[in-house]
Parts: sequence; structure tokens; C-alpha cells
Amino acid sequence: MAPVAPKSGDAIFASVDRVNAELFTLTYGAIVRQLLTDLEEVDEVNKQLDQMGYNIGVRLVDEFLAKSNVNRCVDFRETAEVIAKVGFKMFLGVTASVTNWDAEGTTCSIILEDNPLVDFVELPDTCQGLYYCNILSGVIRGALEMFLFPSPSGVNENRSHVAA
Amino acid sequence: MAAIYSLYIINKSGGLIFYKDYGSAGRMDTNDSLRLASLWHSMHAISQQLSPVSGCSGIELLQADTFDLHCFQSLTGTKFFVVCEPGTLHMENLLKHIYELYTDYVLKNPFYEMEMPIRCELFDINLAQAVQKDRVALLGR
Repeated sequence: MAPVAPKSGDAIFASVDRVNAELFTLTYGAIVRQLLTDLEEVDEVNKQLDQMGYNIGVRLVDEFLAKSNVNRCVDFRETAEVIAKVGFKMFLGVTASVTNWDAEGTTCSIILEDNPLVDFVELPDTCQGLYYCNILSGVIRGALEMFLFPSPSGVNENRSHVAA
Repeated sequence: MAAIYSLYIINKSGGLIFYKDYGSAGRMDTNDSLRLASLWHSMHAISQQLSPVSGCSGIELLQADTFDLHCFQSLTGTKFFVVCEPGTLHMENLLKHIYELYTDYVLKNPFYEMEMPIRCELFDINLAQAVQKDRVALLGR
């Protein structure tokens, strides 16, 4: 059987059903606000967001593989590129960039210039240390773990804080 | 006339999470199907080690005189394999399609527990449609 060529993130994003971006932003905002109300501690909320993301990631990864036909990545560099270019494009409709590689090539930063989760969001001073998009780092962690690839990923930059 | 005899889905630890048979040929009781699933899981893993070519991802096709067995393994370790009549065509496409149905109706169901037996009605319905469509296409040719 001839191997099927991997699809681009754009092509897949165009072919799936989509939802209103405002609804998505509002839903995520409601989740974070509710978690802050219920848990009160910023660290707890970060942990909870990461866990929610993890549960999404373990299920999302097969969807990603089925739709994108990517082949097994040879190293972590390629993995990061695929996540940034195909994964984020396919699910959030935005392309991320990979920078900040360390000497061994084991850590990097994935930067989202345009993040639909944080449209219109400004973090108040009372929420210092809140990783608003921590769900994304959970998703990546969950997805990579399904390849027997345990990687503790952490959100370093919080774009919404910068915007404020 | 069933071109497909049965379908198995195995989780990454080798446990059978889904079994469906089509037609009386090759029908198995629960214990036998569980045994076959773990047997296949082990054989699949061994074949990766035995392969003379590096980068082998395991058995894709097993041909015997009375049946063919086509296997698809996702990169996450879930295996989908179908036992069918010898010479049945397009089983790889069917398996790929079943994988997509799995990612939709099983994984996106928040009440489905990962690695557990699949009990999702929507998956059953859509799977039946996919197999039926495949059967009709084969007969039409």
C-alpha cells in the first residue's frame, strides 16, 4: 500500500466543522473564572488546567494522527515543529513558532502569536502567577505521553499578561 | 456473503477492547477472542524485533489459505485488525476509516474510559454502516 502523504494543517482545518471563535473564547474564560472561584489558589488552578488539558491531549492525539497522516518523528526537534505547524494549525487555526532551543535540543519554546484563548483577556493583579493557557501545556503533555514520551511541559509566557 | 469475518481492536497493553464478528465463519466466544487478541499483540511486537529491515512497525498482513488478516497500528499503539476472506481488497482503507470512527465516536465520548472495552452505541452504528458500505462496494465490482 502506498503511504498517504501527510496533510497540511491548513487543509485539515478547512475540512473540519468549526465553531464561533467568540463562543470558544467565552467558554474557556468561563472555565478559568469558575476554577478561580472554586479553588481560589492560583497554583491549584494552574494544576487543574494542566490536568484538564492532559485529559484532552490523550484523546486528541489519535484524532490528530488520523486526520494528518504524519509519520513518526525522528527526533524532538521534528516533534516540536509538527506540534507547532500542524497541530496548532489544525485545532486552533493559528500557526505557532518554535524557538529558544537549548544546547542539547531537549527544551524549546512554542510561541503563539495569535492565541484565540486569550482574545480580549487581561489578567488582573490578583491573578499573578496564573498560567491562563495552561490547558495547552496539558494538552501537549497528554498527547506526547501517548507515544510513551513522558515530557513535563510548562507554560513560561503568558501572552495575556503581556497584553495587560 | 461476508468478505469480512471479524474485527478486533486492541489497546496499547494488548487487551481486547472491541470485537465484532460478521457471519458464522470464525465466530469466537469471549475467552477465545481475548486469547487471540493478546496472542496477536505479542506476535506483532515480536515481528518488529525479528524483522531484517530496520524501522519495521510490525505485521501488516498475514495470509493463510482460508483467511487474510490485515492489521493497522496507530502511532499510539492501538491496533485494529480484521480477519477476512483471502484476497479481499481495500482492507487497509477500511481499517483507516475505522480508526477515524474510533477517534470520533469513542475518544470524543467523555464517558468512555481510555483503554477500557468500547461500549459506544454511536461507534457500533457507524461501524456497521462503514462495513456495509464496504461490502456493497465489493459486491458491485
